Amino acid sequence: MAAAFMEILPILKALRRNKVGAMLIGLQIAFTLAIVCNCLSMIQQYRDDAGRPSGIDEADIFTFSNQWVGKPPDLPARTNADLALIRSVPGVVDAQVTNSFPLRGGGMGWGLSVKPEQRIPTSPTTIYFVDDHGLATYGLKLAAGRWFTASEIGEHGMHDMTFPASVIVSDYLARKLYPSRNALGQVVYWAPTAASRIVGIVERAQTPWAAYGHTEDEQSTFMPYHFVNSGVYYVVRARPGQLNAVMTAVQTRLYALSRQRVIDQVQSFAETRNLAYFRPRSTAVLLGGLCLLLLAITLFGTIGLTMYWVGQRRRQIGMRRALGARRLDVLRYFHTENLLIAGSGALLGIALGLGANLWLVSHLELPRMSIAFVLAAAAVVLAVSQVAVFWPALRAASVSPAAAISAL
Amino acid sequence: MMLSYYLELAIRSLRRNVALTALMVTVVGFGIGASMTVLTTLRAMAVDPIPNKSAQLFVPQIDAWGPPTRPGGGADGSGQLFDQLTYRDATGLMQARKAARQTAMYAVSLDTVSLEGVPLPVDGRAAYADFFQMFEVPFRYGGPWSAADDKGRANVVVLSARLAARLFPHVNPVGRTISLSGQEYRIVGVMDVWNPVPRFYDLTQGPNSGLADADSLFVPFSTAIEREMPDNGSIRCNARVAPGFAGQLASECVWIQFWAQLPTQAAARDYKTFLYNYAAEQRRLGRFHWKPWVELRDVHQWMALEISVPETLRVSSVVAFGFLAVCLINAAGLMLARFSGRAGELGVRRALGASRWDIGWQCVVETAVVGLPAGVVGLALTFAGLASQRALHMVAGSAAAVARVTSLGDGMIAITLVLAVCATVCSALYPIWRASRLLPAWQLKAQ
Repeated sequence: MAAAFMEILPILKALRRNKVGAMLIGLQIAFTLAIVCNCLSMIQQYRDDAGRPSGIDEADIFTFSNQWVGKPPDLPARTNADLALIRSVPGVVDAQVTNSFPLRGGGMGWGLSVKPEQRIPTSPTTIYFVDDHGLATYGLKLAAGRWFTASEIGEHGMHDMTFPASVIVSDYLARKLYPSRNALGQVVYWAPTAASRIVGIVERAQTPWAAYGHTEDEQSTFMPYHFVNSGVYYVVRARPGQLNAVMTAVQTRLYALSRQRVIDQVQSFAETRNLAYFRPRSTAVLLGGLCLLLLAITLFGTIGLTMYWVGQRRRQIGMRRALGARRLDVLRYFHTENLLIAGSGALLGIALGLGANLWLVSHLELPRMSIAFVLAAAAVVLAVSQVAVFWPALRAASVSPAAAISAL
Repeated sequence: MMLSYYLELAIRSLRRNVALTALMVTVVGFGIGASMTVLTTLRAMAVDPIPNKSAQLFVPQIDAWGPPTRPGGGADGSGQLFDQLTYRDATGLMQARKAARQTAMYAVSLDTVSLEGVPLPVDGRAAYADFFQMFEVPFRYGGPWSAADDKGRANVVVLSARLAARLFPHVNPVGRTISLSGQEYRIVGVMDVWNPVPRFYDLTQGPNSGLADADSLFVPFSTAIEREMPDNGSIRCNARVAPGFAGQLASECVWIQFWAQLPTQAAARDYKTFLYNYAAEQRRLGRFHWKPWVELRDVHQWMALEISVPETLRVSSVVAFGFLAVCLINAAGLMLARFSGRAGELGVRRALGASRWDIGWQCVVETAVVGLPAGVVGLALTFAGLASQRALHMVAGSAAAVARVTSLGDGMIAITLVLAVCATVCSALYPIWRASRLLPAWQLKAQ
């Protein structure tokens, strides 16, 4: 310990002769660390976001849009025929017609109140239309109460403003509406004269826009309606392992039933999830790439500068070698010197990184960074800088003691 | 004369240490590439889509909901205005005809049959005839429909160049009919390629609507209402609505976009007064129970309000410029190394009579010579970065319009090169200053 300290003093003295060079390396380390730790934090944030479950059986579900052409008048009958057909396709567990589904992007939203005359609604919610097959189709988990029965199912057009007697809500929404008591059996208000009773609560059901942020990601309400519209979505759940075969079969059978339609956006739920998180994921990849590039630049920059440094001090190194320093001592000298510079840079970088995070938190509404990322980034940056200095230090160690005089 | 000598010296000295030169060029190049990619994308968000008219086109906003249900509004009467109007207010403004030109509009979705005989859904827009002149839509064949068509709810349609090429390849389809959702429409015009970026005439459809393609076809607003074409955009309601399309028309739901062309500032002032009086009138009639609140925004103000730069882009821009900073610090260190390494040579030049300024200039030329290839590397990386951005947008489902947004004009190429040279020279200012302060005698002695 004392020996190490004895080593540091001459290093510091030598550094005073190259203040600016040392400062530049230190600054570079500081900036790199500040950027890397914030990027790591943002990447982790994306991973946390994208890892949230939607609440449905994602592996076996696919969806598609069905657009009727030429305004057919008998939409409800056609929808029923379609549903009966899809449910009869071998390999299909169950199927639904709906207005939207989790992570689709667009859907219906409404403000839900717990009192009839409430100026500001208690919670926003998305509305999903389902029938008595909804539980089996989505693979939702019922936490309390019951699912809808066939006799409850009504019809609902695009701009109808009717509300059902019973609704089923997600557990998250239930707790938001009634934080202090059991929401099951309670009444909620869509408008002063439109009330519904909560007859069931599902464990989890994400909203169509859950990928966009954290504010409205699990407030979902299910209504017992068949969606009657020229454009609807069908949600189909296949038996495990049969998704691809069922996807093709369902389309062929539906077209065989009627060609007066356009089937589009045929997506497995995996694709839906992929698309929903596409932008944040590409940003995460970009940030990761920039971090690697940044570390590479720091690595090569440090090599270049140290290399030159070694060249400058060939005489000093030769002198030390002539005075009895071993190669290992020279090697250690440069590594210690680098650790001193990079270490001070890292301290500055930690402060910079935390400051940058505070700015990001207040201006871009990003979450606070965990200190683990700062420490991880500091470790990585110090390691890179030590690796960078190894080769130049090796060159320095190979300076022969004769260099002390030959350069004179 | 001196410059060519300095250039020769610079190239000679750079060739002496190829590795260090290559390192500097790469480092600065990467910094420039990253920051220019982000800068180009950011700039595209703020580009003026209609420069000679952006101060003449205005969007009116009317507070039709009042303090209790106004978006973001609390009991204190705060909040914002909607970016769309109710059908009642839109038709009210259309009938008043207080602007030089005006159009109400909304997005519709229709279907037709492709050449292969397969149903083909098409996105369209219901608008008034003024739309085409207000937004300077270029025509390949024919032209807009007439004001009489607006009044008479005529079954006429204007096709986009792309849709026309798909349905009527190689011919002028003006005068022919097209079947849309089971109704025949007469084609009166085919637009030339027109894809304003951002698609400023309708920014109300969510965060990405600025990057959406222009519509495939246009029909008269009055015809669309008569045919009860459902709204294909966003709609917001604050109360129960009577069933059916008639219910939606009579409701306080907001779903219609509106633009007015007001050629002078005086006209804009008058129009705002008119809007205020309109809202006051609605209050007198008992429809509004609150103090009138209206706004009138031109294209720039409207874009500033509606296009929020995506958060991901703002994050990447902060990171990219931090990245550039690290690259420049790095380059500064390498420059310092290079000039100190040449202290001997510079000392000789000083001893032979070169002034400090001469040495300084020589070093500036030398750094600029590094900066230029760094700019080229940066440019190549910017192209690669923008190409990958385009690929990303394609996957994310937005349109070919993005290609125009993220392409690099000649201006940006020049800016990139100048930025690279300036950044390199700036990063080398301290090393240059130090090199020019060398004491010749001391350097000679050290030889």
